[in-house]
Amino acid sequence: MTKTKPVAEELFTWPSDEPRLIGSQCAECGLVAFPAADQCARCGGTEAERRLLSDRGTLWTFTTQGFRPPSPPYDGNDTADTFRPYTVGYIELPEEVLVEARLTEPDPEALSIGQPMRMVVVPYSVTEDGTEVLTFAFAPAGATEEA
Amino acid sequence: MEAVIIGVGLHPFGRFPGKSAMDMGADAVRLALADAGVRWPQIQGGFIGSLEVANPDAIVGRLGPTGIPLRGVFNGCATAGTAISMAANAIENGEHDLAIAIGMDKHPRGAFAADPSVAGLPDWYGQTGMFLTTHFFGMKINRYMHDHGITERTLARVAAKNFRNASGNEKAWRRKPLSEEEILASPVLNYPLRQFMYCGPDEGAAAVVLCRADQAHKYTSNKPVRVRASVLRSRRLGAFEVQSPAMPAGEHAPSPTVDASRAAYEAAGIGPEDVGIAQLQDTDAGSEVIHMAENGLCKDGEQERLIAEGATEPGGRLPVNTDGGLIGNGEPIGASGLRQIHEVVHQLRGTAGSRQVPGAPRVGYTHLYGAPGVSAVTILST
Repeated sequence: MTKTKPVAEELFTWPSDEPRLIGSQCAECGLVAFPAADQCARCGGTEAERRLLSDRGTLWTFTTQGFRPPSPPYDGNDTADTFRPYTVGYIELPEEVLVEARLTEPDPEALSIGQPMRMVVVPYSVTEDGTEVLTFAFAPAGATEEA
Repeated sequence: MEAVIIGVGLHPFGRFPGKSAMDMGADAVRLALADAGVRWPQIQGGFIGSLEVANPDAIVGRLGPTGIPLRGVFNGCATAGTAISMAANAIENGEHDLAIAIGMDKHPRGAFAADPSVAGLPDWYGQTGMFLTTHFFGMKINRYMHDHGITERTLARVAAKNFRNASGNEKAWRRKPLSEEEILASPVLNYPLRQFMYCGPDEGAAAVVLCRADQAHKYTSNKPVRVRASVLRSRRLGAFEVQSPAMPAGEHAPSPTVDASRAAYEAAGIGPEDVGIAQLQDTDAGSEVIHMAENGLCKDGEQERLIAEGATEPGGRLPVNTDGGLIGNGEPIGASGLRQIHEVVHQLRGTAGSRQVPGAPRVGYTHLYGAPGVSAVTILST
């Protein structure tokens, strides 16, 4: 079985059959933040509770990445030749936040603003010892396969 | 005492192998001084901005170490807005009678690459390929087109206009006119934005000499250009901004461009209907479209008709980016906004040569926007 590891701790629940993004909620004013924040961006409060975010939302906007990003900081194990274009977007999680994420659907013509999306965890790189590095992404909610 | 601009100097924008940013900066300063009828030892203070030069104030070694305060400033793509604003303020509050704003940069080729930590962002944001400012521009215009009925043809018209304007500007970088069809045939970089709809980082420098309004005649017969307002604003919670892993749901705030624009109009006592010529941050063609509305120069969605009618062409009702803008000149970050001032000053003086717009504009408007969600607006008038 392939070894895996998340790109960062405390970013999403893992391992999990139903992974969720880990955000925070201000104990004073209730503002939801992602990634989890110690200080509230609205009221300045310094007490926050951990909050698992909804894994369902709608696509607010999106774009494509047509060339391999400058590396570092990008650490995908692809090269300029093997790079495969991907998409990113903002997904509106109702009553919570709009979160920026990679999308599993690489074709912009197959995406539309307002469409339902669900959170998934996907590999985006492989380390030298063969460990797959995982990140969060959003997939069209009707999709049955993960990228 | 109000500050006026009496001299502008511009080193060409583009690629200049073997020439340092500081040498370009010194050339721009000498041009601005000559334009103003001033010698460097007369300058009492200034503000200088650069991304790539760690100690931009070392330029005094090229110009003359006179002991003046030359303060380094940086606000990303809005850096030159800070330089001109601080220089004008220093005159208005009586600190200096004669001051200078300088910007210079020399960027490597290709997309800006940086560690997310420099922008206060987590490492994973860069590792997973999301720390690219260009994503924001693609996503913002994608949503804007969806909401306000802007078409891809309009994006191509804006880019074609700016390349066409640059072709008549001997100091511009990309001087080859491109047709709308050529632009629409270039590869998509960040859907819906294509390669020839983007500006690129490059090299260049610019400088602006300012003095007290009541002393301008001592130096030059140039028509003085009044600094009516110069405002910087940063992002507010709820604004859709570059480099944001998330933003609150159901809590929307306008772009810092809107905040800076409104504050500048109010400070100047001038309304958008008075603006005769504008320089708007065109990081990409979509940005120019959006910034027309965010700066109050039209309503959301009107751009589709206005641009088709040629309203923003040099002979139109509101010429925009008459020197080619960022698309035609590229973006040396520290200098970009002073290039805008250079163009508007010449247009207001009536000395823009072959680029001079008809109708003798009396109010000029310049606008910058960039990471991490910061905008600068300067309003000038005769």
